[in-house]
Amino acid sequence: MYETTYHRPSSVDEAAALFAKGKEAKYLAGGHTLLPVMKQRLASPSDVIDLGKIKDLVGIEMSGDALTIKAATTYFDILQSADAKKAIPAIVHLTSVLGDPQVRYRGTIGGSIANNDPAADFPAAVLALGATVKTNKRSIAGDGFFKGLFSTALEDGEIITAISFPIPARAGYSKMRHPASRFALTGVFVVKTKAGDVRVAATGASQNGVMRVPAVEAALKANWSAGALDNVTISTDGLLADIHGSSAYRANLIKVMAQRAVTAAG
Amino acid sequence: MSTIKLTVNGKAVSAEVEDRTLLVHLLRETLNLTGTHVGCDTSQCGTCVVHIDGKAVKSCTVLAGQAAGSNVTTIEGISKGDELHPMQAAFRDNHGLQCGYCTPGMIMSSIDIVNRYGGKLDEETVRHELEGNICRCTGYHNIVKSVLDAAGRMKVAQAAE
Repeated sequence: MYETTYHRPSSVDEAAALFAKGKEAKYLAGGHTLLPVMKQRLASPSDVIDLGKIKDLVGIEMSGDALTIKAATTYFDILQSADAKKAIPAIVHLTSVLGDPQVRYRGTIGGSIANNDPAADFPAAVLALGATVKTNKRSIAGDGFFKGLFSTALEDGEIITAISFPIPARAGYSKMRHPASRFALTGVFVVKTKAGDVRVAATGASQNGVMRVPAVEAALKANWSAGALDNVTISTDGLLADIHGSSAYRANLIKVMAQRAVTAAG
Repeated sequence: MSTIKLTVNGKAVSAEVEDRTLLVHLLRETLNLTGTHVGCDTSQCGTCVVHIDGKAVKSCTVLAGQAAGSNVTTIEGISKGDELHPMQAAFRDNHGLQCGYCTPGMIMSSIDIVNRYGGKLDEETVRHELEGNICRCTGYHNIVKSVLDAAGRMKVAQAAE
């Protein structure tokens, strides 16, 4: 790891001011992506600004129609949350199959979506549920937040403060885990909104990161059941192909994971 | 350089380290607590697991600065003098180790598992919860046996306190 300067601000404003002063600053939340990347010398930030100790960024709140998870809330805290379990159990399930227990103590929801790893789990939840990403500057609709591999709508120095998920009528997540990395070989999040819309997002499958799956959405809108997807064919265009699986394998996984997610959603 | 103040195994510690120092290196190189190991260095293998404020974390993926002000417990801090922690005793009695490299991490993770599940532990849960710790010798069988044995001992120890 190259040399860096570590900062631990106690407020979002202080963090943003430190970022502006740094030559090439980076925010750190749980650190379980940034630190490995720094160790590999693929990142060499002049300043590391720790958001993990900012009290305003931690907590889970439920209002009538939305579950709001503040950005530096850890996966462990999400798993413990009675509100999350009640409002959107699919999010709690997603969290339980993410990383390992030690990683779940440190990793944060804000860190996950800010990084937008193409095989990360939370981008699928944000996109499928049509969540709103709140930052220190504005609110960004989930549909416009993810911009391809490791890219988001966030501007330089902008800090995610919370993610607000509309509570759906039904939701489910199913994931084929890579057995070593525990990232999604493909994971699919299915949602039936209270207005009756169907939204489906797949992670780990596309060369462009998380994506909606219109073919699955149309079939589920007509008939919300796993069987409705039996004859759906997923195009291999733009899907990932690597040593772990071909694009045809991932296309099939999208279908199978969607079926399992629908079954889990009930 | 920064001065890091934290509590390690119940003792207040102050150390002058570079900001890029990882917690595991502060423990091993500055404080000479070499029971905590570095295996993969990529937060996969779990040999570096210590407790920060009671939570089992991978100290190869935590900056020393992030741990400032915290209570850190390492494998050196769990026995009471010559009396092994029930988890350590269970690992010894059940042959839960061979080469011993993964053992400190296994034990620190396993204590955290028992703390979270208490008496509700079964074999499947232990195997699932240990997924962040890799052992290349034992095939896990005796490790799982040790954790289940220790869960019973820790319950008895807590009841006695």
